[in-house]
Amino acid sequence: MSLYQYTAHELRDMLRRKEVSAAEITDSVLERIDSLDSVIKAYVTVTAEVAKSMAKAVDAQLAQGSDLPELAGIPMGLKDNLNTKGIRTTCSSKMLENYISPYDSTVYEKLIKSMSPLLGKLNMDEFAMGSSTENSAFFNTANPWDLERVPGGSSGGSAAAVAADEAIFTLGSDTGGSIRQPAAFCGVVGLKPTYGRVSRYGLVAFASSLDQIGPITKDVTDAALVLTAIAGHDPMDSTSVNKEVPDYTKFLKEDVKGLKIGLPKEYFVEGIDPEVKTKVMETVQKLEEAGAEVKEISLPHTDAALATYYIIAPAEASSNLARYDGVRYGYRSETAPDVLTMYKKTRSEGFGPEVKRRIMLGTYALSSGYYDAYYLKAQKVRTLIVQDFQKAFEEVDVIVSSTTPTPAFKMGDKIDDPMSMYLSDMFTLPANMAAIPAISVPCGYTEAGLPVGFQIMGPAFGEGTILHVAYAVEKLTGARERRPKLPEKGGAACE
Amino acid sequence: MITKDEVQKVAHLARLELSEAEVELFTEQLNQVLEAAEKLQQLDTTDVEPTAYAVPMQNVFREDIPEPSMPRDEVLANAPDPKDGYFRVPKIMD
Repeated sequence: MSLYQYTAHELRDMLRRKEVSAAEITDSVLERIDSLDSVIKAYVTVTAEVAKSMAKAVDAQLAQGSDLPELAGIPMGLKDNLNTKGIRTTCSSKMLENYISPYDSTVYEKLIKSMSPLLGKLNMDEFAMGSSTENSAFFNTANPWDLERVPGGSSGGSAAAVAADEAIFTLGSDTGGSIRQPAAFCGVVGLKPTYGRVSRYGLVAFASSLDQIGPITKDVTDAALVLTAIAGHDPMDSTSVNKEVPDYTKFLKEDVKGLKIGLPKEYFVEGIDPEVKTKVMETVQKLEEAGAEVKEISLPHTDAALATYYIIAPAEASSNLARYDGVRYGYRSETAPDVLTMYKKTRSEGFGPEVKRRIMLGTYALSSGYYDAYYLKAQKVRTLIVQDFQKAFEEVDVIVSSTTPTPAFKMGDKIDDPMSMYLSDMFTLPANMAAIPAISVPCGYTEAGLPVGFQIMGPAFGEGTILHVAYAVEKLTGARERRPKLPEKGGAACE
Repeated sequence: MITKDEVQKVAHLARLELSEAEVELFTEQLNQVLEAAEKLQQLDTTDVEPTAYAVPMQNVFREDIPEPSMPRDEVLANAPDPKDGYFRVPKIMD
C-alpha cells in the first residue's frame, strides 16, 4: 500500500510512531498527482514547493520531539475559491484567472497553524455555481469511479482529488450541496457545517447567507479531525458564531441504540433512482437493526425549497458579483472607450454562461416591481422551511435521506438544461436554507459500480450527532472498503 | 413571463452585454426557472416573517480603534491598470 492511500488519522499515527516522515507522505501524494492528474484533472494549480517546505518544517519539529498539531504533515488541497496569499485563487473563472490574493482565508491560516502541507488549488464550477464542475472556465474534472462521468459540483475537484488519492483531505464550500453532492458522486465523505460554525473570511462569496466551508475526506474520522481544526469564531467574519469547538472525534461511536432517526417522506418520491433508493433504505434498515428508532416524518415545504433557493442564491450572487468590474482586480476588457462599456465588456467576456444566467436571474428577482413577488416571497417561504426542520427536530435526533436523487451522471448530459442540473441539488439545498449541518457518507454502490451517498442532517450545531451517525453508517455498510480502480502509477488500471 | 426586452433591460442593470443568441437562450431559461418559482405564490405566507439569515443574528460591534490597512502596493498588485498609487479607468465623462 502506498502512503497516498492512507487516511489522515492513519498517517497521523504513523508519523507519531516515526514509521514515516512528513516529507515521504507529501512526496508520495505529489507523485500521485504527477502520475494521475492528467487523467482526473482535479487541480488548477499544484503548489509542490509550498507543500514540501511545510513537510520539512513538520519533520524538523518531529526531530526535536515537540508536540505536533493533529493534522501536521497531512497534505491537503483547497477549493480554488479559498484565498491563499501569494498563490492564485481563480474560482475557475476567466475573471480571476490571474488573481493572487493579498491575504489568507481564515481556514487556510488555521491549516497553516496545523502544519498541513498545501498541495494545490482545486477545480470547481465557476464561482461555485453548478453541480458537475463542467462550468469551470478551464477544464472538466473526471469522476475517479468512471472517467466519463462528472465528479459532481461545485467542489468537484475537491471530491475527485480525495477519491483518487491525490490529496489526503480537501476543503470545499457548500451553498446548496456543493460539498455533499460531489462527495456522494465520488464515494467520499463531505460535511457542510452549521452556518457560522466555520469562518467564511477569505472564501470568495457566492450567496452569503448560505455559503459554508467544510471538509471532504476519505472517512468519517478524518471529517471529525478536519472540522475540529477549521471550526470556530473569527473576528473577521461577524456571522461566525462564538461557540466552543468540541473535539469532534469524541462523538464517533458505532452504538446507535435509542437514537431517533427521521425519514422524510418528501425525500422518497418519484424521480429518485431505484438503486439509490434501495441502498439508502438498506442502510436505514441496518441502523434500525443496530438499535436506532426509525420514524417517518414530514418536511412539507421540501417541494418549494428548490424554487426558493433558485431565487435567493442568485439574488445574493448578483449582488456579490457586482464587484467584478475590471477596476481593482481581475480581468478587464481592453477595448472599451468609456467606463460603462468597460464594465459591460469586462463582465460579458469574464463570466461564463451559468454565472451570467444566475446574475440575470438574481438581478431580475431583486429589480423594482419584482422584489416582493420573488425575493421577499422566497425569504418568507424560507421561514417555512426553517420551521419544518425545527418541528422535525423536536421529534428526532437526525434526518436521513439519499444525498442526491441519482448517482453521478455522464459529462454533457445536463449541461444544456439548467433546470435538470438544478434538480440534482434537491435533497441537499434545504440544509443550507435552514443553516443546519449535514454530511454525506458512502453507503453502497450501484450495479454499475457508482457510489451512493447517504445524507444525515442534524439540528444547528449538531455536528457531533451527524458525525456519530455517519460513523455508524460507515461501519455498518463497509462502503469505505471499496476504492475506485485507478492506475497505481501511470499505465493500465489495476485492482 | 419575462420578455426579450426585459432580458435586455435586466442585462443593462447587471452590466452585462448579451449577444442576440444569449438573449434568446436566457429568455427561455429564465422563464423555466420563474415558472418553477410560480409555485411559491400558491403558499400562504400571511404573517410569516422573511428569513435573511437562518441563524439568529444581530449587529456585531467592536471598539472603533484604527488598525493597519493592507499595504498599498499589495492591494494594487492585482489592478489591471494602476497608476501613481491609484486605480485608473477609462473616461467617465465627456
